[in-house]
Amino acid sequence: MTKKIKLSELGNLFGGLDVQALEGVKIEGDVEIDLGQMGMNPQMAYALGHETAQLALHLMNISRILGYPVDQMLGASPAKPARLTKLIESKFSVGKIEEWKTPIQEVVLGATSSDGGTRKSTITLGGETALPYYFDSPMPHRNHITMDVFDMPINMAKAVKSNYEDVINSPAEWAKKVVRDFGADMVTIHLISTDPNIKDTSPAEAAKTVEEVLQAVDVPIVIGGSGNPEKDPAVLEKAAEVAEGERCLLASASLNLDYARIAEAAKKYNHVVLSWTQLEINAQKELNRKLMKQCNVARENILMDPTTAALGYGLDYAYTNMERMRLAGLSGDAELNFPMSSGTTNAWGAREAWMVSSPLKEDSDWGPREYRGPIWEIITGLTLSLAGNDLFMMMHPTAVQVLKEITQTLYGGKESEPVNIDNWVGAVL
Amino acid sequence: MKLNSPLQVYKYLPQINCAECGDATCMAFAAHLIDRSKKLDDCPPILKDEYKKKYLELQALLAPEIREITIGTGEHAKRIGGDDVLYRHQLTFFDPTAFAYDVWDTMPEAEFLERINRIANFRKFYVGKFLKVDMVAVRCVSGDPLKFAGAVKKASETTKLPLILCSFDPAALKSALEVVRDKNPLLYAATEKNWGEVAELALNYKVPVVLFSPDLDKLKSLALSFREMGIKDLVLDPGTYPQGKKLKETFEKFIMLRRAGIKEGQKDIAYPIMAVPLNAWLVYKDAVTASYWETVLSSVFTVRYGDIMILHSLEPYAMLPEVHIRDTIYTDPRTPVKVAPGVNEVGSPTKDSPVIVTTNFALTYYTVESDLSSNKINCYLAAVDTDGIGVEAAVAGGQLTAAKINDTFQKANFDFKDKTSHGTLILPGLAARLQGDVEDVTGLRVMIGPPDSGRIPGWMEKSWPPKPK
Ligand code: B12
Ligand code: SF4
Repeated sequence: MTKKIKLSELGNLFGGLDVQALEGVKIEGDVEIDLGQMGMNPQMAYALGHETAQLALHLMNISRILGYPVDQMLGASPAKPARLTKLIESKFSVGKIEEWKTPIQEVVLGATSSDGGTRKSTITLGGETALPYYFDSPMPHRNHITMDVFDMPINMAKAVKSNYEDVINSPAEWAKKVVRDFGADMVTIHLISTDPNIKDTSPAEAAKTVEEVLQAVDVPIVIGGSGNPEKDPAVLEKAAEVAEGERCLLASASLNLDYARIAEAAKKYNHVVLSWTQLEINAQKELNRKLMKQCNVARENILMDPTTAALGYGLDYAYTNMERMRLAGLSGDAELNFPMSSGTTNAWGAREAWMVSSPLKEDSDWGPREYRGPIWEIITGLTLSLAGNDLFMMMHPTAVQVLKEITQTLYGGKESEPVNIDNWVGAVL
Repeated sequence: MKLNSPLQVYKYLPQINCAECGDATCMAFAAHLIDRSKKLDDCPPILKDEYKKKYLELQALLAPEIREITIGTGEHAKRIGGDDVLYRHQLTFFDPTAFAYDVWDTMPEAEFLERINRIANFRKFYVGKFLKVDMVAVRCVSGDPLKFAGAVKKASETTKLPLILCSFDPAALKSALEVVRDKNPLLYAATEKNWGEVAELALNYKVPVVLFSPDLDKLKSLALSFREMGIKDLVLDPGTYPQGKKLKETFEKFIMLRRAGIKEGQKDIAYPIMAVPLNAWLVYKDAVTASYWETVLSSVFTVRYGDIMILHSLEPYAMLPEVHIRDTIYTDPRTPVKVAPGVNEVGSPTKDSPVIVTTNFALTYYTVESDLSSNKINCYLAAVDTDGIGVEAAVAGGQLTAAKINDTFQKANFDFKDKTSHGTLILPGLAARLQGDVEDVTGLRVMIGPPDSGRIPGWMEKSWPPKPK
């Protein structure tokens, strides 16, 4: 049913309504408007809702351009918009994302006595079938935080260091402190003294430190090397051996060292491998593939660290890198659907976190650095949590506390205090 | 945007390949319209009458999914909304979240003015530009329309930043609008209760308006009704609950609204979304805790779809991360962040001034450059072409080498004998391992600076000029 109308009728027909784009509308030379299959009656127009008037306007504009005296036909002033006496009723709804069909792999860290370890409890990461905190499907496990402990005193920002001065020479005491006082879910022991350029501590010596930490705390632990690609495999091997059965996270396997040795150690002594690449999605796929196919590491024993760059220092790369990996994983990429870990402590590398004041005279005052550092660590971690990161390696107690609060809130684990937000405009703050 | 291939766009263009747009062909220009790196008005021929019909059609088809609206006037006017994708890597996000900080009409005058100036003067140098904040939100706390109008008038006389007029009382809004009617402020807010009168104001004064309702059905009702009355410049405030399960719900609402607008093309609610992190102050009384939590909320909603927000804390430790996270999320992932390689002068260098090497990664270059210029260090600064990679990664990845450094000076015809009295070059601390190589290749003396360029001034005091050999 094709209906043709004259412009003069248009005004009546559309009244105060509004159409932005109407399929099948054709304008012919004599300015007849062909409404195609759209049997236009007022109800129909109403059903099209607010889109109608815009079309009318649009058509009138076009007609005007074509030289047709539209304004004279409709009367010089444009129709006054209708005032409503009551709100148009409406229901809001939105669908779920269909592409998210593949769950992220679940990975358990730590083992209790019933599973051959000595931890009091374990931590499960992964299992998501949506982006974090989305309504599409609830996150099965909350985010967790592991706090850094070093096997020797290191350089730290002042605001961090002041929390650890009493334990800086004892990894075991340090570990106890972060669990007892700062609410760490896990502890990471960084064996940095093993670096040949630092102290070149032997793997056997380093392994003793790991044993001490395992005895000092009963939470699951992460064992980190020094980052020296030649030395790390030997160090992690030995550490894995003394921690047999504990399902520690071995940090890290990477493409620039003998990852097969680390994979072997994880398999032999029942640990989880951290697959670390540097801000590069294809490198991450490659390493995960090698761990699975070449080294036969089971999927439930892989976690990935796609690298954390600090807020203001490449977080844009790190965020998008993680978000893309998580989206790919949820949509079925079996080389990327693993839980993720972030070295959130990197945030302290940003000069905004540690410098006394801005080196630039043009900047507004940076204020006290005691407050800048922790929030830099919080926002770096928080941003990555929204991209899908599961486990955070952190340093500052306040940062840990606040990041926990917000991630657990978004996870759904926190009740609300009653608050009337309608009053914010007039509130005395 | 309703079109997704250059070919579809091409059909509407003049197809004469006149190159006035700066592209050789209409097809190339079409590709730029698709990736939104150019605007339709950049094609002069299509502005002619003969193409007007196609122009109008194409303009409608190219409009972003989320309505783009403007607040304020002149050079400080801010556009918000305008997004076409849900994730930044799919294109980029447009129109960075506008940050408005509050003042209120019961503040003593001196404090009021001081606060506005702090908002307007905030700046943080970053990658060749200053990060700033955008607006002032004036809250009606007195409940008195005249007092409110007075405060708004003072605010508009003190700053050119756009204003948000905050009150649920139409009488207060009206008296404030009277004093800033030509400034295109944003009205906050129409609700289920006052919508009729607020709509009347939006129509009469032709200003954008926020619709507030934590109930998304109601929010959509409001949007539909306002649209029906001819008001298109709408902002949606689904309510920002500051903590607990309610905050989680708020987060979910932001996602629902944006998904409906972009993925499902639900035009009825495809408007910019407002967050109110200030609400953190309704539950936390301690200033540090409240500031921290407000920053947390602000970051959550900068990452997930807040287009404009109202904030309270002016503490630097709150504002610095806020402007940085916004820059993080809105940086265009498509543009390489590089500067042109070469040897540049900082200040007015003489023969005794140092020659400093860095990379052409914009973040690195501008950081170093501003550290030098801000501390009045006259010098030559060489940006080595590392493909836009920073110092440490470029040393690790082989883009910063002795040969590249040598090349940079040769291409710039920079002769050390001619230009310097010392024949010395300074490398970044993080490139220390290149020292020997650079000495061999250039034949110059090579000094190693500190790891962070912010420490160059202190380092210079001790180490510059170089001791004679
Ligand atoms: C972002 C990043 C990337 C990005 C780089 C983006 C870019 N455009 O640069 C990408 C993803 C591409 C990347 C890739 C790689 N990266 Co990367 N990356 C980082 C990261 C996270 C931040 C670097 C950064 O941007 N810093 C900020 C800028 C401003 O710092 P900057 O350039 O060094 O400048 C400062 C100083 O050098 C100094 N300065 C600069 N010029 C001068 C001049 C003088 C005279 C003085 C005195 C001082 C000075 O002041 C500046 C301001 O503070 C760091 C980790 C970290 N440090 O947090 C790793 C890091 C730099 N990367 C690393 C590596 C190994 C790589 C790869 C080789 C990984 C791989 N195997 O593929 C590749 C190499 C890629 C390439 N070169 O082609 C290593 C380097 C290790 C090392 N010391 O050798 C790091 C340290 C990570 C790590 N811990 O292992 N990376
Ligand atoms: S200016 Fe317009 S007509 Fe000319 S080439 Fe560019 S797009 Fe084509």
